[in-house]
Amino acid sequence: MTGFLQDIGLSYELAVLVAKALGVAVVGAFGLLWTLLGIWIERKVAARFQDRVGPNRVGPFGLLQSIADAVKIILKEDIMNRHVDRWPYNLAPILSTLSVMLIWAVIPFTAAWVGADLNVGVLYLVAVGSLGTVAVIMAGWSSNNKYALISAFRAVAQLISYEVPMVISLLVPVMLAGSLSVQAIVKSQHIAYLFAVPMTVLIFLISGQAENGRGPFDLLEAESEIVAGFHIEYSGMKFGMFYVGEFLHAFTLSVLTALLFLGGWQGPLAEKIIPLGFVYLLLKSVFVYFVLIWVRMTLPRVRIDHLLNFNWKFLVPLSLINLLVVAFLWKLMPDTDQINSFADALGPTLVLFLANVVMFAGVAWWLREWARRDREHIEARRAVVAEPAEATAAAGD
Amino acid sequence: MLISRCLFRLEQAELNGFHNKTEILAVLSDFAPIASLFALSVLVGVMILFMSRMLGPFRPTARKLVPYESGMRPYGDAIRRIPVKFYRVAVLFILFDIEVIFFLPWAVVFRDLRLYGLAVMGFFFLVLTVGFVYEWMVGGLEWD
Amino acid sequence: MTGIRDSAWEGDLEQLKGLVSERALTGETMVLNMGPQHPSTHGVLRLILELDGETIVNCTPDVGYLHTGIEKTFESKRYEQAVVLTDRMDYLNPLGNNLAYCLAVEKLTELDVPPRAQYLRVLLAELTRINSHLVWLGTHALDIGAMSVFLYCFREREKVLDIFEMVAGQRMMATYFRPGGLWRDVPEEFEPAVRDFLDYFPAKIDDYEKLLTENPLWRDRTQGIGYLSADDAVRLGCTGPTLRGSGVNWDIRKAIPYSSYDHFEFDVPLGQHGDVYDRYLIRIEEMRQSLRIVRQALDNLPSGPVRSNNRKYVPPPRSEIGHSMEALIHHFKLWTEGFRPPEGEVYVRVESPRGELGCFLASDGSPRPWRVHFRTPSFIHLSALPHMAKGHMIADLVGIVGSIDIVLGDCDR
Repeated sequence: MTGFLQDIGLSYELAVLVAKALGVAVVGAFGLLWTLLGIWIERKVAARFQDRVGPNRVGPFGLLQSIADAVKIILKEDIMNRHVDRWPYNLAPILSTLSVMLIWAVIPFTAAWVGADLNVGVLYLVAVGSLGTVAVIMAGWSSNNKYALISAFRAVAQLISYEVPMVISLLVPVMLAGSLSVQAIVKSQHIAYLFAVPMTVLIFLISGQAENGRGPFDLLEAESEIVAGFHIEYSGMKFGMFYVGEFLHAFTLSVLTALLFLGGWQGPLAEKIIPLGFVYLLLKSVFVYFVLIWVRMTLPRVRIDHLLNFNWKFLVPLSLINLLVVAFLWKLMPDTDQINSFADALGPTLVLFLANVVMFAGVAWWLREWARRDREHIEARRAVVAEPAEATAAAGD
Repeated sequence: MLISRCLFRLEQAELNGFHNKTEILAVLSDFAPIASLFALSVLVGVMILFMSRMLGPFRPTARKLVPYESGMRPYGDAIRRIPVKFYRVAVLFILFDIEVIFFLPWAVVFRDLRLYGLAVMGFFFLVLTVGFVYEWMVGGLEWD
Repeated sequence: MTGIRDSAWEGDLEQLKGLVSERALTGETMVLNMGPQHPSTHGVLRLILELDGETIVNCTPDVGYLHTGIEKTFESKRYEQAVVLTDRMDYLNPLGNNLAYCLAVEKLTELDVPPRAQYLRVLLAELTRINSHLVWLGTHALDIGAMSVFLYCFREREKVLDIFEMVAGQRMMATYFRPGGLWRDVPEEFEPAVRDFLDYFPAKIDDYEKLLTENPLWRDRTQGIGYLSADDAVRLGCTGPTLRGSGVNWDIRKAIPYSSYDHFEFDVPLGQHGDVYDRYLIRIEEMRQSLRIVRQALDNLPSGPVRSNNRKYVPPPRSEIGHSMEALIHHFKLWTEGFRPPEGEVYVRVESPRGELGCFLASDGSPRPWRVHFRTPSFIHLSALPHMAKGHMIADLVGIVGSIDIVLGDCDR
């Protein structure tokens, strides 16, 4: 690309700049286009979990449903109530989409395609990702609606709490790869980190899901409690922006999981045939996304105090212990700073895997003890079936 | 003192990456695509909203412009105090997040650090744990 | 705080004096309308909540948004015409309502119902209970966030509705019971269809339980929530699963058997803790018990007529009209002016899926009832809601509202 631009007479610096700008435009366009397809996938998968058919009217297999929805939502009336705080109210939907679009800038799609390979990539992810939280709080606060306000309360507690275990679990791949650059982390995964540190992946997914306000953690927009939460006063395309933002956030979580733990674009022949890496990345991301939808469709919603207890009393300590264990083992093993091939990675991966198995066993034991007590509790409750009541000569006869 | 020495080493290690001013400039130019993506996103966002404003109907009525409260008239303003419980969580977060940020540079140079680095971070972790346990004990983590 | 404000569009807090605390009037706590247009108020219930953060300080139910004047309409319908109205009250328990009303008319006129009709009534009433509990479970789970259970429940409910359609030609508003028996006998394919359902459904109940009963999230959200002590439950007039959840053994099917319920063997599940979770367990178990009753009714279904042959009150079958002058006269009289029951008042109670459904009927001897009143469980249980909701969070409130299983049509009549 740069070569071509130089050929048509641009200076090197300018060529690089133009190429980068174009690349970024492609990334942005891809993000938005992917939303259309991704929402279709999500709706179809969710429908299957619920024994439904899902969208099947517009286009083949309902593929064009998202486009129809997008057109409809643009043509909708934009109702803004008179009592809102205008600036934050109007900025929030843009910020919501923006925060997630910015994340996509550092995502390495293949060995060669990456918007901006920052050397502080992971830190950047954390920083930009929290912009979404700000958008939610802004929307909830400025709407001048009590349901939205309650949602903003919850956002304050939930979204920021779960950032702590998420960042701690992000430290693990950073530590293993010795770099903050996302591309470097992908490249260092001769064996996907999933196999070395499954516990970290679990913590990351749980806290990421909570961070997105999805799955069992959809307290921010719990329709049975606070109707629609922070975006209750939004209509038309402003709501649409939130919707897109939310979807992209959720999908970005899967992409990040794929990148940081599943080896990203790596796969057979991915180094040689560059576009193939993109396919691998997409497949891995969709797989993770599928798992997340599965969780979301299965579990009931948690309550805010349980949510915070789970975070502070379970997830945060667990993620800290996990980090320490991994760090300690990594340092104990020789030559872990020179892993350049599959064979090099095998030993450390095995050791870490075993350590994770032990950790899982510990957590499982603890959970089982807890569940056993609960089950006894349930059985005790269920056992009561009454004898037939005494037939009483009741009043009214 | 142990910690400050460790942090100093971390800084050293971090700065070793940059040899001169031009490299720092090169790093900054890495952010150029992000700046353009930022501009692009904002532009697209504003454009879409503007488009929707143009294309959609606009027929406000008095009832439409009232905040939704389940179809009834709202009682009082909704822009009001946030209960202190939520602030407490926010404060807790800030404490932890700052501590976690200290972990970050450590994790980057982790490969280059010897066991000493691990030991020092272990000490930092210990301090963190003591604080955390204390917080737990005094009931700072309880909701009610 | 913000900008211009049109006072006409704001609710008047002064009107709520006495319903909310002083703190609400000063703006320290927040007054929030939950409903009538709210996804989890099961119709159009309005709850005026006073919130401190997320905690409920005061909760006042406001009913009447679905008032349809059904009780008044009864007074202008003849007895046999009025059966249609009963379906529309509690639209999840149409046949149960039919039953209550028909039993009342039969008590007034001292009609006897043939055993086959009685068994079929029990069978269909229990299927209606399953139908109602399925809707309850689905919406209750949806309120607490388990979306998939909702669709599974409605999938199974279809089967029940198919059976109703088969016997009555109508899926929801079946109007199948008539004073003196049934509209007509069940078709031949009825028995295999019910047997299919009996084979199919128990595994599905296990599925729901797998998704919910032992799910830690579900338990966290339901155990210890909405506590109602046995004394309070009795004092507040609770009946049905809400009462039994608090451990009071009171099931009208056992206590004052009607429509030959005493011929059937079934257990009455009881709770111990009086919380949302116990009510949930009870309803799940009730579905199993209902299946037991359905199976017994089907196995022992007597043959014979399904309508009383008291021609004064019950129209003769079509086949007689062709060759019996008397039958033709009865038919003509019953369908033009209706029957005239003796003067008097009766009260009949049945165990609806929600609790005690009472039907009070006052007759002045004319073909139209002088007054009909239904003692509906939803209305009574709603009055227990503030008692249960205080001190809990909004998220719990939807669980509590779900656990008393209100139907606003039943509540507002």
